[in-house]
Formats: sequence, structure tokens, C-alpha cells
Amino acid sequence: MGKSFDVTSLPGVPFVAGLAFLALYAPIFTLVAYSFNDANAISIWGGFSFRWYEAAWANREVQAATARSLVIAASASVIATSAATMAALGTTRRGAFRGQTFIYVAINQPLMVPEIVTAVALLIVFATVKVATGYAGLGYLILAHSAFCIPFAYLPIRARLEGMDLSLETAAADLYANPWQTFRHVTLPLMAPGIVAGAMLAFVISLDDVVITEFVKSAGQDTLPTYMLGQMRRAITPEVNAISTALLGLTVALLTVFFLLTRKRE
Amino acid sequence: MRHLAAAALLLASTSLAGAAELNLYNWGNYTSPELLAKFEKETGIKVTVTDYDSNDTALAKIEAGGHGFDLVVPSANYVGIFRDKGLLTELDLSKIPNHANIAPEWADVDWDPGRAHSVPWQWGTTAISVNTAVYKGDINTSAVWLEVPDELKGKVNVVPEMNDVVALATMYVGGEPCSEDLEVLKKARDLLIAAKPDWISMDYGATEKLSNNDWAASVNWSGSSMRARLANPDVAYGYPREGFITFMDSVALLRDARNVEEAYSFLNFILEPENAAMISAFARYSPGVAGAAEFLPEDMKTAPEVVIPAEFADKGIFLPACSPKAQEYITAIWTELQK
Amino acid sequence: MEEETKQARTGWLLSAPALAILLLAASGPLLVVLVYSFLVKGQYGGVIWTFSTEAWFEVLFTRDIFSDEVTLADAHLAIFWRSVKLSLMTTAIAFAVGFPTAWFIATRPPNRRALWLFLITIPFWTNLLIRTFAINEVIRNEGILNTLMIRAGLIERPIQILYTDTAVLIGMAYVYLPLMVLPLFAAIDRFDMRLLEAAYDLYASRWQVLRRIILPLVKPGIVAGSILVFVPSLGAYVTPRVLGGGKNMMIGNFIELQFGQGRNWPLGAALSMLLLAIVMVALLIYVRAAGRGTGHG
Repeated sequence: MGKSFDVTSLPGVPFVAGLAFLALYAPIFTLVAYSFNDANAISIWGGFSFRWYEAAWANREVQAATARSLVIAASASVIATSAATMAALGTTRRGAFRGQTFIYVAINQPLMVPEIVTAVALLIVFATVKVATGYAGLGYLILAHSAFCIPFAYLPIRARLEGMDLSLETAAADLYANPWQTFRHVTLPLMAPGIVAGAMLAFVISLDDVVITEFVKSAGQDTLPTYMLGQMRRAITPEVNAISTALLGLTVALLTVFFLLTRKRE
Repeated sequence: MRHLAAAALLLASTSLAGAAELNLYNWGNYTSPELLAKFEKETGIKVTVTDYDSNDTALAKIEAGGHGFDLVVPSANYVGIFRDKGLLTELDLSKIPNHANIAPEWADVDWDPGRAHSVPWQWGTTAISVNTAVYKGDINTSAVWLEVPDELKGKVNVVPEMNDVVALATMYVGGEPCSEDLEVLKKARDLLIAAKPDWISMDYGATEKLSNNDWAASVNWSGSSMRARLANPDVAYGYPREGFITFMDSVALLRDARNVEEAYSFLNFILEPENAAMISAFARYSPGVAGAAEFLPEDMKTAPEVVIPAEFADKGIFLPACSPKAQEYITAIWTELQK
Repeated sequence: MEEETKQARTGWLLSAPALAILLLAASGPLLVVLVYSFLVKGQYGGVIWTFSTEAWFEVLFTRDIFSDEVTLADAHLAIFWRSVKLSLMTTAIAFAVGFPTAWFIATRPPNRRALWLFLITIPFWTNLLIRTFAINEVIRNEGILNTLMIRAGLIERPIQILYTDTAVLIGMAYVYLPLMVLPLFAAIDRFDMRLLEAAYDLYASRWQVLRRIILPLVKPGIVAGSILVFVPSLGAYVTPRVLGGGKNMMIGNFIELQFGQGRNWPLGAALSMLLLAIVMVALLIYVRAAGRGTGHG
């Protein structure tokens, strides 16, 4: 090949990817724009205003719901990702063994039934436990969320591990690294992108959940999605647009800080 | 030593007093925050509201137990179900002096004789909102959505409330809600299926979508229609002369409530006319308390969505709790409609 | 043999925490649903503790309410078929868009990849309902998409996209896109780009490279992504309601109806058990086939 040629480029890839990002962000921009809308409805423009930010700022209920959503999503994604990482290591790094397919299917089970079914089942089981133990805290929601997040964390990690080269680990072992050292310094960095992908999925999946949360929550445990579900029947106020925009702003700010810090270190 | 014990006791009692709280399980976006603030200021009781979006979800959760709620706000046809399943406490009227304030027409109702188990939250109607700029014909008929006029074809929405929709269609063909009359049901089904291609959607959110012209008509609730009219003056509310639905949501005390005294304070509080009007001013439905009308915001006192015209006053019907047989018919019709 | 036993023990041990959580808060409680499918429905929801196979009969057959005639439940079949069709199409769209996107991210400089990945997930920090309403806002008749197309002179009057199956497809592909992109990325990222160099040196065409080298090697990612998109789409509930206008049900909505307004919990339970069984069998066949495929490659 005479001219320099980037082997990794595939025709149309930047175009489709660009389009995908555009499509992903178009609704988000609409949402951000309408959070500054003065009108009472989400979709009629009534001039620029901060009134929904003020409303959201004054609304303790929606703030508490948002905070609760974040706490649950953070806890559940950590638990689910840890469990999923172990399971992925257990089911891909060695030769086939009896029950491997069973584990695979069992881990993916939460994907296979509509949420409402798991929701009703959990309602019945957890209510019995709540009555018996008297404990009605956030633990039930975190446990339920951890469970349905596991497959979402597991599949990307597994996809990363499957067919991954074992030679580096063998080399490390040959150099007298103990199994923990090998794992810590060789395997873990190799599988990190899978873990990050899995954890991100688990987090957003938990943040989105409505139906299971609606059936498992006890008094005073509304999350942002169940709060909105309650509103949906009547009218959703632009207040939630404001909250979502604030949350987006916070995410972007945190990310920027994170990237500036890591860049300095390099 | 004694000092210490006394201090501990004091601490315990203040933290108990400070912990005065109440858990209200209510429809989403249905509870006025001002009402709760006023209640907390007057009584020191902090109310936590948790939302639901359907009577069936509320019923399933409360029946399962362990929920931690004190008060729930079911619709009229569900009060009896809650009561018959033993989920409600019979109210001790001596603890609700304001019980006498309940408006006479709501003081002794079919679904709760003598108001022994529930007190009014608010009431309204389920009928039709029409954008009169699009359709100038008669809007006081269910023909608007069951035999859709040309101007409205492809612009009508029907709320996905199975019982309400089938009941409205049944009344349109001359039957009663919860009918078990096969002739009537068949007519209703055929009419619904024939009308469906003319509908744009079966969705909630009428307030907004009528205001922004996504829809030109919708089967809708009175409060929602009023809020749509405030945003878009062309939206009018029609009362089908074939029959429309009246509903009332009422507050009931749960059998496994933990904050019973606080619950009684709240029930008594909301039966004060001024407070009942606050509930209505927030969601735009009518209060069920005598004397509350004068505290309503000006625009509600004369609103056509609130004040039912005399000629249609007797056409509003409360949905009863249907028999299992009737419910089976309704579900079958609905499944066929949405398949 | 000894070795396999040891491997199996380690495998089970490592999977134990995940399995325990699932047993407690997902699969275990589902046994309740299985039991419920063999009971009699309660008058106002719930169940009566009497054994009955009525619900399973109702899954496939229906007694016409007017003629009392027993026929195949064509309403159920229609709903089921629509769900499968829309879910397959969603998966195809998500793959068509997701693969180039994942490839694009995986070929950025290493220190930038995490940033691009975050860019994919940021829209999903806003709640599903809000996002769905925002899509609604973009595609409605007076929305941005139609306005832009009219301004550009592409169309004369707005196209009705909202409340059609197209809207459901757009919405589901949007909602499930990260579920396709992230596993694909995880698989592409570990892909050795020198293989491509070698292939091009041997005068392979781009198409050959894609088909013979790239696709087989990222297959685990494709399998994972497709499962994550297809299976949840089958039970989708919010998108068909908000964007499809709720005129036609998908399985998720239909099962929800049984546990809600329809008050037929046993039928809802039986339908979900059937769905579970079908998906499980399909998944097993798929995994076996995919496993064999990777074995050869």
C-alpha cells in the first residue's frame, strides 16, 4: 500500500457513529431546552424562565426521590458488578464443566420475564419478610435492583473475557507471581474495560427501573421513576426536566473534573 | 443517676414527639404541598406521601402487607373491595369532629354507608374534551369518540382505563356499566372495534396533548380538561347525554396503620372546608365538604368542568365494583380491542 | 477428571454470590408465580388457593363470550407475534447503529475511549420516562424532526411518526442502544488490530475482512448485545405505551393488564412462565450454536 492507510477504519463508521450520537443527544437537548420553559406543559414554549428550577429546589419530595435513586443505583451497581465479575471469571476462564450452561442461563434469568412478573413475585415474598422481621428499609430495593442488574453487568464482562489470551497470566505465574498478584496485576487490568462497561450498564439500568421499584417500595421510598410514574396519569410537570438537567450538568461536571485529573497524572 | 435517667427519658420523649409522622399513600401529583405544610405547622405531624398510579397496584401492595402506610385514597368502586377484604379500620367518628362537615350528598353513599370507612378527598367526572376550533358539532355525546365525525378522525385519544371506557361504550348503546347483557356487550364491542381505527392513541397526558394540538379530542377527566382549557381556550368539556362517569376518591384508614392518632388528626383536618378547598385548588377536582366551595379559587367556582349543567346532572353514574362475570366480559372486550 | 472437578468447584464457588442474590431476589420468588399459574383467580386480583389448570387452558384457547364457542386464542397469538417481530427489528436496528458506534469508540486513542463510552451512557442518566417523553417531543408532528424536514424542503406536511410502530421501533432502539454498544465495545476493544494489517497485506477486501475476521472475533459481543436488546424488548412496557400510543399491546402490556385491571393473576402468571420457557429454550439453543461457532473460529 503506497499511501498511509488506517487499517482500523471501516467505510461509513464515523458517519453512522456521528449520526448515532446526534440521535442520542437530540432528545436530551430538547429536554434541557424545555427545562427553561415558562409554560406549565412540557411541550409548549412559553418563554425563558428558571421557574421549574425554583420549583424543583423547593420540592423536597422530588429531591429526596432523586437522592434515593442515586443511592440505590450506586449500591446495586457495585454489588451486581462485583458478583458478576466473579461469576464471569468462574464461567469463562477454565475448561467447560458440568453446570456451566445452567449458571449462564440462571444468571440471565431476570432478562427473560417482563418486569411486572418479577415485581409481583417480589411483592409477595418481600411483604412476608417485612411483616415477619419488621424491617422495611431500603435494603429490599437494593437487593432487588442488584439481582436484575447482574445480567447487565455479567454479559459485557463475559464478552471481554471470552477467548481472552491466557498467555500473560501463564507468564506471570511462571515468574512466581502468586494467584492473587496475577489476578491483581494482570487479569484485572485486562478485564477492566468489560467491568467498566458492565458497571455503567448496571447503574443506568437501576436508575431507570420503575415497575419492580413500584411494587417493592415501602412507605416513603419513592424513587425518581416511581415519582414520575405517579405523575404520568395526570400531567408531568417540567420540574422533572429541571431535575434531569441538573443531574446531567452534575454528571458532566464530575466527568470533566475526573478527566482533567487523570490527564494531569499522565 | 436519677438525673441521667430523667435526661434519657426526656430525650426519648422529645424524640418521640419530634417523630410524629404519618404515611399517606396517594395518587401521584394529587396532594397539595401547601396542605401538608399547613398541617405540619398546625399539628407538628410530618406527612410523607408515597405515590401510586392505579387502584389495582395500591390494592395489591396493601393486601400483601408490610408496607408501612397509614392512609390510602382509593376510588369509590375500590373502597368496598378494600373494606370487604378487611384492609380498612372502621372510623371512630368521635375522633373526627369535622365528620359532620361532609356534604349531604356525599355523607351516605352506596359504596360506604354512613361514611364509616372513608371520608371524601375529591370528586370529578370522566367525559369528553374537544378542541372546538377543530370540531364545531355537538360535544355532549359519546359519538365524538365512538362514531367519530370526519373532522376528528385520526385525532381522538381514548384513555387506557379499561373499566371507564367499556362502561362509557356500554352506556352509549343503552346499557348499564358492569352489564352482563350479551346483546348490549356485543353492540358495545362492535362499536369500539369499529371506532378504533379513527383514534390516534390510547394514552394518558391529555392536559398537555390537548393544549399542544397533538390531539383534538379525548376521553378525559374534568380536572385535566380544565387545566387544558386554561392553556388552550378552545378546549371544551362535553357531558355525554347517553351517560358519563362520576368518580370520587376517598381517604381510608388502613387496618395495619401504625400512626393511628396522627391519621385521625389528618382526616379531621381535611374535612375543614378551607383545607378541602386547598386540595381541590391543587388538582382542580371538586371538594366533597360542605362550605368548601366559597374557598375555591375564583376560576373554579364557575368552571364548566366543575359545575355540571343541570340538564346533564342526572346522567353521571358511579362505577360499581363489577361482578367477576362482568369483569371477564370487560377484559375480553378490552383484549380484543387492543390485540 | 480430577482437574475438571476442581475447575467445576472453582467455577461454582465464584458464581455463588451472583447465584445467591438471584435466588433471593429474582428466580426464587418466581416460584410463587409458577404456583399462582395453577390457582384460581381471585375476584379482585390475587388468587384463591384451589388447584386449577384453567389459566394454562386460557393461554391458548378462548371461550367466545358471545357464542361460548372454544377457539384458538388468536388475540394472544397476535400480541405475541407483534412482540417478537418488533423485538427482532429493534435488535437489528440497534446492531446496525451500535456496531459502527462501538467500532468507532474502540478505535479512538486509548486514553479517550472511556470518555466516548461515558458520552454513550450520559443520555441514560436521565430517567427512561423522561427520555421517552423527550423522544416523543422530537418526533411529534410539530416537533423538531418534522419542522426541520419541512424547512429543508424534504416534505410538505408533517409525517405522522408518533403513535405508529415506527415510533415504537425508534424508541426501543434508542432505549436499548447502550445495551448493544457496551458489550460490543468490550469485545472489539480486545481485538488485535494487527490481524487487520495482516489481512490487508494479503489483499483481502474490506468486506472480506469484516466478514471473515472482524465479525467472527467479536461474536461474543454480538451474542451478548443481541440478548441484552432482544429479550428485554420482548417485555417492553413504557415505550409501546408512550410512543406507540398504547393502541396495540405487546406481551409486556398484556401481562401487566392481567395483574392490573384485568384481575386475572393466574393467566398473567401462566403467560409469563410460558414466555420464560420459550426465551430460555431459545437462549440455550443460541448459546450452544454460538459456542460451537467460536470453537471453530
